Amino acid sequence: MEKKITVYSTATCPYCAMVKNFLKDNNINFENKDVGQDHQAAREMVEKSGQMGVPVVDIDGEFIVGFNKPAIVKALGL
Amino acid sequence: MMYDLIIIGAGPAGITAGVYAARKRMNFLMISRDIGGQAFWSGDIENYIGYQFITGPELVEKFKEHLQNFDVELKEEEPVTNIQRKDSIIVVKTEKQEYQAKSVIVASGRNPRKLGAAGEEEYRNKGVTYCATCDGPLFANKDVAVIGGGNSGFDAVLQMVKIANKIHVIEIAPQIKADPIMLEKALKSGKVEIHTSSKVETIYGDRFVNGIKVKKQSEVLDIKLQGVFVEIGSLPVSSIVPDARKNSFDEIIVDCKCRTNIKGIFAAGDVTDVPAKQIIVACGEGCKALLGAFEYLSTIK
Repeated sequence: MEKKITVYSTATCPYCAMVKNFLKDNNINFENKDVGQDHQAAREMVEKSGQMGVPVVDIDGEFIVGFNKPAIVKALGL
Repeated sequence: MMYDLIIIGAGPAGITAGVYAARKRMNFLMISRDIGGQAFWSGDIENYIGYQFITGPELVEKFKEHLQNFDVELKEEEPVTNIQRKDSIIVVKTEKQEYQAKSVIVASGRNPRKLGAAGEEEYRNKGVTYCATCDGPLFANKDVAVIGGGNSGFDAVLQMVKIANKIHVIEIAPQIKADPIMLEKALKSGKVEIHTSSKVETIYGDRFVNGIKVKKQSEVLDIKLQGVFVEIGSLPVSSIVPDARKNSFDEIIVDCKCRTNIKGIFAAGDVTDVPAKQIIVACGEGCKALLGAFEYLSTIK
């Protein structure tokens, strides 16, 4: 079954771009939430993950902070 | 496997050395934890010749494309732990394995300096951040502090002026070192309060940061805020070459051909004692180091 993936990011953050490029390169669908523009998404990210730094990747409720390639690979079973 | 050359780092210096090495058809390896190094984190670049305006990530993308024109062997995700000359070869140890080469270029760059205040680690990503460009928007209409009154500090201040409610600048020295034009812009916003001769002692909070305690000469200020942006400069990644001669800033000392005191080990870019930590300088130094290493290899064959 396909996992539900949300990337919380800001437009200006280099690591966010790296996370998104990595997912795209692996043909993985995800929803991007720009927490710089969308304040509700920002609150959601902070409340759910307890993090105030982007990127945060939500993979079926598992939160990964930063561009942590090994953790993302593991969570997705790539 | 014995390489002619191993390049440590893939920032502007390492990538330039890599392009030159590839064009000379050298048998070489690159080891780097990332591509672009500090250049990746630069916001707007307006002094790299040929581009009147380009962002850090865009310039890095150009560098990467240039390097990837060639078939370059690049190892990521294995940090280098030690570089040492043993007899006539250079041994490079990483967290995973050991490599051998006739020459090495150390272009390992610099890491952001930590504050060393209580609570800094505990509240990392919970209000404490080292990347204003990334995390700035999360602090919309909040009160924040920027630690460090140099140009990178004021770069963060000017980004936050558009986003935050109030910005405290905490500078340990008696004076602000940022360019006057940046300071003027910041003060004009009416949102900035500057504390000089001030040192952050504690960052406190519950789940997230609630405030900081700052020692300002003899008094202690308690400032309630939600965000702490640390911008107090960087440290060279030079401890991986224990035998290299370094200056008092821990930068590797090189001569005009980027040679260190160790035969066969060269260094380039921001990890060295070469003045002007600029992308364009690092590129030039990477070129010089490669030509130096190439010349060295021709003498030992």
